[in-house]
Amino acid sequence: MKQATDFIVCEAVDYGRAALLRLRSQDPLPVIKPGQFANVRVDGSPSTYLRRPISIHEVDYASNDITLLVQKVGEGTKRLAGMKCGEKVNLVFPLGTGFTMPSEGERVLLVGGGIGIAPLYYLAIHMNVEGLKPTLLLGGKTKDDLLRLEDYQKLGDVLVTTEDGSLGEKGFVTAHSVWNHREFDKIYVCGPKPMMKAVARLADEKEVWCEVSLENLMACGLGACLCCVEDTVDGHVCVCKEGPVFNIRRLKW
Amino acid sequence: MTIDLGRGLVLRNPVMTASGTFGYGEEYTDFVDLSELGGIIVKGTTLNPREGNPYPRMAETPSGMLNCVGLQNKGVRYFIDTIYPRIKNFDTNVLLNLSGSTLEDYVRGAEMIDTLDKIPAIELNVSCPNVKQGGMAFGVTTTGISQVVSEVRKVYQKHLMVKLSPNVTNIAEIALAAEAAGADSVSLINTLMGMAIDAEHRKPKLSVITGGLSGACVKPVALRMVWQVAKAVKIPVVGLGGISNAIDAVEFMLAGASAIEIGTANFIDPAISVKVAEGMKEYCERHGFQRVSELTGILDA
Repeated sequence: MKQATDFIVCEAVDYGRAALLRLRSQDPLPVIKPGQFANVRVDGSPSTYLRRPISIHEVDYASNDITLLVQKVGEGTKRLAGMKCGEKVNLVFPLGTGFTMPSEGERVLLVGGGIGIAPLYYLAIHMNVEGLKPTLLLGGKTKDDLLRLEDYQKLGDVLVTTEDGSLGEKGFVTAHSVWNHREFDKIYVCGPKPMMKAVARLADEKEVWCEVSLENLMACGLGACLCCVEDTVDGHVCVCKEGPVFNIRRLKW
Repeated sequence: MTIDLGRGLVLRNPVMTASGTFGYGEEYTDFVDLSELGGIIVKGTTLNPREGNPYPRMAETPSGMLNCVGLQNKGVRYFIDTIYPRIKNFDTNVLLNLSGSTLEDYVRGAEMIDTLDKIPAIELNVSCPNVKQGGMAFGVTTTGISQVVSEVRKVYQKHLMVKLSPNVTNIAEIALAAEAAGADSVSLINTLMGMAIDAEHRKPKLSVITGGLSGACVKPVALRMVWQVAKAVKIPVVGLGGISNAIDAVEFMLAGASAIEIGTANFIDPAISVKVAEGMKEYCERHGFQRVSELTGILDA
């Protein structure tokens, strides 16, 4: 069941272009699936009117904590990322459908670009619980974009690309050598749209099952306003309700 | 808190949710007990299905937003067969917002909706700014509105509310024409036409360049228009445009509204509609009004 709940910031880590916020609720959390998101109200930013959709990075049911990784894009996300411990923030969650979990024994690749790595962390945790050890291919402009790398390394085999070559292989995620010598049964992608389209093309060529997580501009987050639609084989559908995760076969990419 | 808008449309309280901001009600049942609302007005529906405009359809603006959804909906037949059975037993008034691009579409749609027992009223949308023939052509002239309202009136027996466009020079004239043609009430305002530009890329922010402005920023314009229309017509006026809390709602009542609608504020707080209803009641108690209907048009001016 969806809810609108006040949280208190209990941990805030500033990474420069992004921040990690650990948010604590007084009440037990509902079940949250990897790939779902929260629509976060932004208080104290006069130029921000609507909520900001942010993917779930980590959940701790024992302490009623949700962790978000927030990239500083505009005024709203800058305000969110700048929140201090003890501040209150209201979340409407859990929203959207989330990723389809892989079957036992499947070889899984998670591809993240920039802040798109955020939901893959929670997805990888779930895969670990199911006994799967995913390969994570994470790309950034520079090594500074690759947040919590040592934590990701605990969840699977981490491969890295940076556009400036400051870490891992130089170039985009699609140019990584792993594509030439490893095969996968399922690919999960989250990142900038051009990057997701490029990975989707690769997956399509290799005829590999692939899901991508979109981040179209949203207003309500509930499937009511029809602002965030993506053009699919079934027509315009709401990313906030029927997504944000879509199988690439459903998209008109 | 009861409000009688006439011809069988009686609201439990003055608060309804505006079309296009509340889906079919189902989207909000985790947050709102619908029985605590006067009514919900479901998504703008046209006789035939529409895919709406391409993405991007939304741009945030200071204290508001622009949208150019373009009346995406699955058509009246789909509504009747698939959606209506799911929502007909909601314990509130379910109004359908009907739009069209031709007179025939409006009339045919109204005839079909007239057969639905649990839909006590149509909100006739003659003011959608986002499609080439979204009805706004009818809503911006007195002859256009007379024509569409009188034709729909002939086939529709229940409460006919007409939603007015603010994109006109004299909204009171349009309201008077709707009243003369047989409207039971008017609701206003629909969105104000606007535009947003991404200067860095020298491109419009919306796929079809212009869109409808809503949210807190439009409230002063909406209040002024409700005031002007309420002075001109005898039928009830339903006020909307930027209402974000109970005091905003009370202001619309004072300006002459008999009931109000909550729109874009639903996106910021999905439970705002019931909070407004509670707050209006509290206002009445605090100021010694026995009935919320006493607030209508009592602005001391």
